[in-house]
Amino acid sequence: MSSGAMTWSVRREVWENRSIYLAPLIVGVLIALSSIVGTLGGLNSPVSRFASHIEIAGGALMATTLIVAIFYCLDALYGERRDRSVLFWKSMPVSDSEAVLSKMFVPMVILPVVTFVFTVATQFIMLLLTSAILSLKGEAVAPLWNLPWPQMSAGLLYHLIVVHSLYYAPIFGWLLLVSAWAKRLPFLWAFLPAAAIGIIEKFVFNSTHFANMLGSRISGGMDSSPTKGSMMMLWPPHPFEFLGRPGLWIGWLFAAACLAGAILLRRRRDPI
Amino acid sequence: MAVIDARGIRKAFGSTVALDGVDLRVDEGRIVGLIGPNGAGKTTALNAILGLTSYQGQLTVLERDPWTSRSRLMHDVAYIADIAVLPRWIRVSQLLDFAGGVHPRFDRAKAEAFLAKTTIGRNARVRELSKGMVAQLHLALVMAIDARLLVLDEPTLGLDILYRKQFYDSLLNDYFDGSRTILVTTHQVEEIQDILTDVVFINHGRIVFRSSMEEFESRYLELVVPPDRLAAARALRPLHERQILGRSILLIENGDRQQLAALGEVRKPSLAELFVAVMESKGVTP
Repeated sequence: MSSGAMTWSVRREVWENRSIYLAPLIVGVLIALSSIVGTLGGLNSPVSRFASHIEIAGGALMATTLIVAIFYCLDALYGERRDRSVLFWKSMPVSDSEAVLSKMFVPMVILPVVTFVFTVATQFIMLLLTSAILSLKGEAVAPLWNLPWPQMSAGLLYHLIVVHSLYYAPIFGWLLLVSAWAKRLPFLWAFLPAAAIGIIEKFVFNSTHFANMLGSRISGGMDSSPTKGSMMMLWPPHPFEFLGRPGLWIGWLFAAACLAGAILLRRRRDPI
Repeated sequence: MAVIDARGIRKAFGSTVALDGVDLRVDEGRIVGLIGPNGAGKTTALNAILGLTSYQGQLTVLERDPWTSRSRLMHDVAYIADIAVLPRWIRVSQLLDFAGGVHPRFDRAKAEAFLAKTTIGRNARVRELSKGMVAQLHLALVMAIDARLLVLDEPTLGLDILYRKQFYDSLLNDYFDGSRTILVTTHQVEEIQDILTDVVFINHGRIVFRSSMEEFESRYLELVVPPDRLAAARALRPLHERQILGRSILLIENGDRQQLAALGEVRKPSLAELFVAVMESKGVTP
């Protein structure tokens, strides 16, 4: 594995998929603008409203980049076969493992980092603008600055690393596998099997283990976490507790199997 | 040294046999034309050589197994699969950055020098370029790679004659230096006849004819005869015969130049003519 090939392959993914940064940029700007309009309207208790806007900003940006990640993965190994550009990429000395791993790197590392940077930037701009508006109105701004900012940012980073990267790895792996395999409609091939398994399980065994497992995976295994119920994500009291959950390791095994399959398929599949 | 050494290569897609035991040896410094009708197995053969498809049989390219070591092989092999495979979203400058970043034998200055002779802007995206410009760009890219083997699969398909001529001129003048090896397939046989050193015909997944161009030109002759001498000329058992403007053009193998000159005009044989003759004798036309 050569580091040059990996670095340049990741770069080229970002060149091709500008939605990686454009989508969170647009959402961040919209949130900041609507938050300001809300503050200008000025109802009572601006500080608690502001605090909830900050939480919503984090949630909305995470949802945005998750959607970007899903569509990115589904297209990553499908689009290059569809437009035959895979023939060009394969003419370069980049192995199939390097190509597939560089594509996995995007949802696992690039998107969480982008989400963190854009969320913190959006929140900081909201803080500055809201402070300006409130001080013009002659209201106190100190309570805004006294929110637990460092803890909130650390909590956001923790959530992004643990849930959006480490816990979602098998989801991204599965989407890349489908993307490498499908001859058409990768979106349907990715989601129909999950729906089918859930429905068949319900009808045949009258149980919902598969649906529960998926739900727990999407919530990042956080359904049992102490911070449950609050959108405000703070640094948890036991940050490495998640490493002891078997679900995490099973998920990684599944992700590794999916990636191995995707690498084999990229080598064997012809352009569509 | 053999750059490509293929022995008994077979490849089937379901019940369709694409390659039916191909034996092919290409030595260093040759420019080989692989010519065959549609569906003859040309592209499958090239894909096997480039490590893009699996196969049965023995194949080494630059002493490597292309299927198991494609990415390493691509240090020494450059190819143009066809002109439409450059990613449409990419900018010219990004393409050069990427090639420079991942390819140890890519010389960016060379690519820039070639592009300077064209009207291709560095900031343009591939989708904004005309077909001919995309071909120039791809050629600039592969010519800047110090490769030992260059493989071109229909590199000028869909281009007008000016671009096609330029393409092969650049290839010969700016790239080929006698130690490199080029393997090219095309339908425009006439256009590459003069640049080849060797020719290979493929049909139904088999090599049906191979020859060096020297051997080809000394072995075959074309004879243009008026109608009154046609019977005498036919007695020489031409491989192929066609009529143009009332005169007959005959392709003759191992003919005696002086004897032929008495019958009509003797010309250099055309590869296209021999191709048709070979294909028809192997039962291509129903």
